[in-house]
Amino acid sequence: MSDTIIEVRDVCYTYMRGTPLARQALANVNVSIERGELVAIIGRTGSGKSTLIQHFNGLLKPDSGSVVVGGRDIWRKGVALRDIRRKVGLVFQYPEHQLFEETVAADIAFAPRNLAMSEAEVDEAVREAMRVVDLDYDALCARSPFELSGGQKRRVAIAGVLAMRPEVLVLDEPTAGMDPRGREEVLAEIRQLHETHGYTIVLVSHSMEDVARFAERLIVMDGGAVVMEGSPREVFRNREDLVRMGLGVPQVTGLMAELAARGLPYAEDVITVEEALHTLLPALLGAPSASASASASAGAGAGTRAGNGEGEVGE
Amino acid sequence: MNISSVAIGQYIPGESLVHRLDPRTKIALSLVVVVALFIVKSAWAYAALGALIIGTVAAAHVPLKMVLRGLRPLLFVMVLTFGLHLFMDPGEPIFRIGKIVATDKGLAQGLITVARLSLLIMATSIVTLTTSPIAFTDGLESLLKPLSFVGVPAHELAMMMTIALRFIPTLLEETDKIMKAQMARGADFETGNIAKRARAMIPILVPLFVSAFRRADELAMAMEARCYRGGQGRTRLRQLRLGSLDVAALVLVTVYAVAVVAVL
Amino acid sequence: MKPVIRVENVSYTYDGGGPGEVEALLDVSLEVAGGELVAVIGHNGSGKSTLAKHMNAIFVPTRGDVYVLGMNTRDESRLWDIRQTVGMVFQNPDNQIVATTVEEDVAFGPENLGVPPAEIRRRVDEALAIVDMTGYEKSAPHMLSGGQKQRVAIAGVIAMRPKCIVLDEPTAMLDPVGRSEVLATVRRLAAEEGIAVVHITHFMNEAVLADRVIVMEGGRIALEGTPREVFSQPATLRRLDLDVPQVTELAYELRAAGAPLPRCPLTVAELVEDIAALVGKGAGLS
Repeated sequence: MSDTIIEVRDVCYTYMRGTPLARQALANVNVSIERGELVAIIGRTGSGKSTLIQHFNGLLKPDSGSVVVGGRDIWRKGVALRDIRRKVGLVFQYPEHQLFEETVAADIAFAPRNLAMSEAEVDEAVREAMRVVDLDYDALCARSPFELSGGQKRRVAIAGVLAMRPEVLVLDEPTAGMDPRGREEVLAEIRQLHETHGYTIVLVSHSMEDVARFAERLIVMDGGAVVMEGSPREVFRNREDLVRMGLGVPQVTGLMAELAARGLPYAEDVITVEEALHTLLPALLGAPSASASASASAGAGAGTRAGNGEGEVGE
Repeated sequence: MNISSVAIGQYIPGESLVHRLDPRTKIALSLVVVVALFIVKSAWAYAALGALIIGTVAAAHVPLKMVLRGLRPLLFVMVLTFGLHLFMDPGEPIFRIGKIVATDKGLAQGLITVARLSLLIMATSIVTLTTSPIAFTDGLESLLKPLSFVGVPAHELAMMMTIALRFIPTLLEETDKIMKAQMARGADFETGNIAKRARAMIPILVPLFVSAFRRADELAMAMEARCYRGGQGRTRLRQLRLGSLDVAALVLVTVYAVAVVAVL
Repeated sequence: MKPVIRVENVSYTYDGGGPGEVEALLDVSLEVAGGELVAVIGHNGSGKSTLAKHMNAIFVPTRGDVYVLGMNTRDESRLWDIRQTVGMVFQNPDNQIVATTVEEDVAFGPENLGVPPAEIRRRVDEALAIVDMTGYEKSAPHMLSGGQKQRVAIAGVIAMRPKCIVLDEPTAMLDPVGRSEVLATVRRLAAEEGIAVVHITHFMNEAVLADRVIVMEGGRIALEGTPREVFSQPATLRRLDLDVPQVTELAYELRAAGAPLPRCPLTVAELVEDIAALVGKGAGLS
């Protein structure tokens, strides 16, 4: 029996209400996050996902509806928003833009200090947070955060939120602006936070292929409302709707759909390369033109070059 | 989009006669009116200049409410000044509050001072309400250009104004984002005394400054990549041209102002 | 035909580089011909951005030379001609737009070149049409999406009538919608306008659109060839910390396991064709 750690009930929110620029960002949104989950929220820019996550930790107050964290309505009198912000750690996009302290340790300590932890607790929190994101405390604690590489800065920023020891970690596009290597590192770290350290994680992402690999549940937003919800496999079945919403599906999922349209229906709910491989391989090895050359190729093994590859050209 | 410009430079787009005037005309005439306001002394003169200004507001099809809004920041100063004149100036007493005496001359002087301040603000407001930020900077650059012989960097000033105007909304958005990010880390910008609140601004100001410097660097590179090398040899997409409307306005308003100063 | 850009044995080093990676170049040579679409890929720190900045004389080589239409980038007297010939669009959509409206910003380049006002007007309208932003002339930049801002930046460069445009990771900060808008524009530039395009990116699915792909690593060119040639070596690419489109990786794995796929597919459509042919459903033209 899992417990719900965040619950958003019938929330509506309009930016710049009462002015000619008013824009409704959330319309009767209902979302619940269970403890221990790894949930991804997807949707195009303007769908309301950033607005939604800012309701999770009380940065925005709904015009109507309620937000319940750990069983308590956070907008009821007597609830300290600082407590909620400790419980629900929010990492914004490009979090490295919030660094400001003279040393890495001081910056990571910002949140614990704001929460009035004792200096001993603060120090422990900083060390632990740096350990979790794979930053060497001794090497980096006294350096200026502005001297670090982009990837390191981002990890310092994430550590700054982890140092609060939140129960839920909400990350808004943690891989924004990163190259493939950087993306893989961040995603691996998130997976570790979830599997090894037990964090409940809410991920906002644009990459269907990333969420297909990691998320247990997807929440799809469009025009300020939740339009789809379910496991990645379930959600990606609605390929046409997703494309219409400007989202799409993982490339391999699209591949299987195209094959089906060509009269070659293999398993439809394939969402990763591994799954596609396992589905297609038997079919291709058993294909009429395949049998003769299959054994020859298999013998040659991996490393067969495709087409007219010319090998490496160096300078 | 025009709506956003309303928020920044108070500019309200329109097609009125005043809107269609060259920005240089508007800047020059507002100076003329301001100078006149400082010279005249009589109530009739203020009334006459006030009529001119209100007339212009009407011609600009700008809601009076918007013009009056510019007075709000100075409301306190005006009330204070009025009160000081009313109760401190020598003259025949009109009424008393305890030991404090209000005089007739004080009343007159108070009213005049308030009138002058209000009209000054309104006169300059008309310019910003009817002139788009680009037109304004173009006009200013053009008016200052003759001064470049004495070392006034007219083009550079105009360029700086343009860039500042361009980035104000962007920087405001960024400030908001940084504030939210720090609040998510438990920062509190609302409680505490002045000193505490000032210190609380550091987590916002430092990132903002760092980002501003980075922006400036990148922007400079982008400008140079597009062959920017200062004002020499630059042409403009938009050409300012004085039309018959401008000449008429310049002549009429200047004559009116001179007449008021001389006669009233 | 004279290449638009010729990079000849260029090396570039800088000492005591500030925060961030220190990118260097080691004996790099390449040419960009008129009308070509060249993609330069590599992870952060591979030297691709440094290479890009040599093409319009933002950087001048420590050793070797860069020629733009025969002009040496060391020649300071030709600096502005070089920058008019090779335009550049940068990664951050906001930090390139200098004016308060779209048309003013697109006009910025021609204004700097001293182009007469009537001609500036023509160029602005033309450039906005090419990037599909007609109608946004009076819009303020902060009201635009990332993809729209980048297209305005591209228009600003097109209005200068360059022979080549270098795009330094133009989509790195954009969402998927913005990315596809910019890519569509890039393709149009090369295909329809005949402008050479050098597209620096770390997104592999963008590189498949190019005529030629150059892979950078450690300041050198590690691989060079057509997209198909380069992407048919996923092991090498993975060693270089680059990924390949899912279909390319899938085809590689299938072949490694014995399925006789004929080539390295770059798009979904290509793999569909290849599989259909193999399974005997006919390799019809799509």
